[in-house]
Amino acid sequence: MIQAQSLFKSFGNTTVLKDISATFDKGKTNLIIGQSGSGKTVFLKCLLGLHEIDQGSINYNGVSFEKMNLKERTQLRQDIGMVFQGSALFDSMSVEENIMFPLKMLTEKSNEEIRERTNAVIKRVNLIDANAKLPSEISGGMQKRVAIARAIVMNPKYLFCDEPNSGLDPKTAIIIDNLIQEITEEFQITTVINTHDMNSVMEIGQKIIFLENGTKAWEGDKEEIFVTDNKAVGDFVYSSELFKKVRATYRKK
Amino acid sequence: MKLFVHIGRYFIMIQKIFEKFTKWPILKKLILTDIETLIVGSLGIVSFISFFVGGVVAIQTALNMENPLLPRNLMGFATRQSVILEFAPTFISVIMAGKVGSYITSSIGTMRVTEQIDALEIMGINTYNYLIFPKIIALLFYPFVITIAMFLGIFGGYIACVYGGFSSSEEFIDGIQLDFIPFHVTYSFVKTYLFALLLATIPSYHGYFLKGGALDVGKASTTSFVWTSVAIIIVNYMVTQILLT
Repeated sequence: MIQAQSLFKSFGNTTVLKDISATFDKGKTNLIIGQSGSGKTVFLKCLLGLHEIDQGSINYNGVSFEKMNLKERTQLRQDIGMVFQGSALFDSMSVEENIMFPLKMLTEKSNEEIRERTNAVIKRVNLIDANAKLPSEISGGMQKRVAIARAIVMNPKYLFCDEPNSGLDPKTAIIIDNLIQEITEEFQITTVINTHDMNSVMEIGQKIIFLENGTKAWEGDKEEIFVTDNKAVGDFVYSSELFKKVRATYRKK
Repeated sequence: MKLFVHIGRYFIMIQKIFEKFTKWPILKKLILTDIETLIVGSLGIVSFISFFVGGVVAIQTALNMENPLLPRNLMGFATRQSVILEFAPTFISVIMAGKVGSYITSSIGTMRVTEQIDALEIMGINTYNYLIFPKIIALLFYPFVITIAMFLGIFGGYIACVYGGFSSSEEFIDGIQLDFIPFHVTYSFVKTYLFALLLATIPSYHGYFLKGGALDVGKASTTSFVWTSVAIIIVNYMVTQILLT
C-alpha cells in the first residue's frame, strides 16, 4: 500500500500539486486521471521520488519515503517496477537483454537463474519469438509487453505505469490494460496507473483518483464514476458523445 | 549567473560519477564498447586529417623559406614542432569535440528524452556512473590516438617535402631530430589527458541534463561542441602558460 498525505509541489512560482492525499491499495489497479497539465505526471514522479516534494509525506507500506536514507531508497527502488509512456526500452539491447537487465544489474543470480526468470516473465506477458529482436524491430504493443516484462522481472511490490496504452490501437490497449490488471491481482502488486484513456478507466479502474489543476477533485471506482454528479469529472470523462451515451444507458439501468 | 549554475552542476555531476559503482562485468562491457566507438572509431578520420595537415604544414613552411641561407632541415623541424606541440593534441581534440563529443551528447540526450535514464534511476542505478564513467575510462586511451596523429602528421610532412621536391629525405629527418626536447612530448600528453577528460565529461553533461525532444538533442550536440572547444582552448592556454613559460 502507498499513502500520500497532503502533498505540495511547486516549480518556481507555480504550484503544481496542492494538498493531495491518496491511498493506493495492494492488489488493485489504482488510476490517476485528469486533463493534460492537471499534475498527474508530477504526482507520479513525486511518488517515485524522481521529484522531491515540498510538503507532505509518502509512505510505502507504512514507511516514510522522506525519512529513508539513500541506501533504503535504493533498496525500495528494487521493489518498484515502472512502465513508461514510450516504453523506455534500451534501444541498443535485444528484447531478452532488456528484460534481463535489472536482474543482471541488481541481483547476484547466476546466468542460468537469470535466464530461467526471464523466460518465465516472457511467457507470462505472451511475448512470442521476440527474444533476439531489437526494440525498433517490434510493434508498439510488443514494446509495451517488453516494458511490462522488464518492470515485473524483479517481482516488484509496486508497479507504476505512465500512460501504458498511449499510441496503441483500442484493441491492443485493452489487452495491455487487462494484462496489467491480471499481473496486479496475480502477484498482489500495488499498481498505480497514470492515464487519460477513458477505455482504461472503464476497463480496469478499481480505484480512480481524479486530479484537476493540481488538486484531488474526486475519488471512486469505475462503477461510481457513472453515477457521480461531480461536474469536473463529468466534463472530463463524458466529453465525447460515445461516453455520454454510455453513461445515459448505465443510468437507465 | 546561469554559467555559474552550469559550472556548479557540472562539478556535482563529476562527484556523483564516483559515488556508487556499476557491477564490474557490466561496466567492463560498457568500457569496451566505448573504446571501440570513441577511440577505434575515430582512428580513420584522425589519420586522414593528420597526414594531410602535416603535409600542408611542411609545404607552407617550404614556400615561406625564400632565403637560400636558411637550412633545408628547417622544414622537418617546423613540421615536428607544429605537429607535436599544437596540431596533434589541440587541433585534433577540437575535431574530436565535434565527432566524439556530439556522439556522446546525442546518445545520452536521446536516452534522456526517451526516458531511458529515468528507467535506470527508478531501478536504483547510479546513472552518472553507468553512463559517464565508461566514457572517461575509454578516453584514457585517447593519447594513443594523438600518438598516431603525431606520427602521421610528421610522416605526411615528410612525404610532401620529399616527393614535392622541397627537401631531401636526409634533410627532413635531420630537421625532425634537431634540438629535440623530450619535455615537449610530456607537455603534449599532459594536455591530451586533460582534453580527454573534457571530451568525456562536457558532452555527457549536455546530454544528461538535456530537456525537451528530438530537436533539442541536435541543439545540445551543437552547444556541447562549442563549449567543449572553448574549454579545450582555455585549458590549452593555461597548460601552456604553466608548463612552457
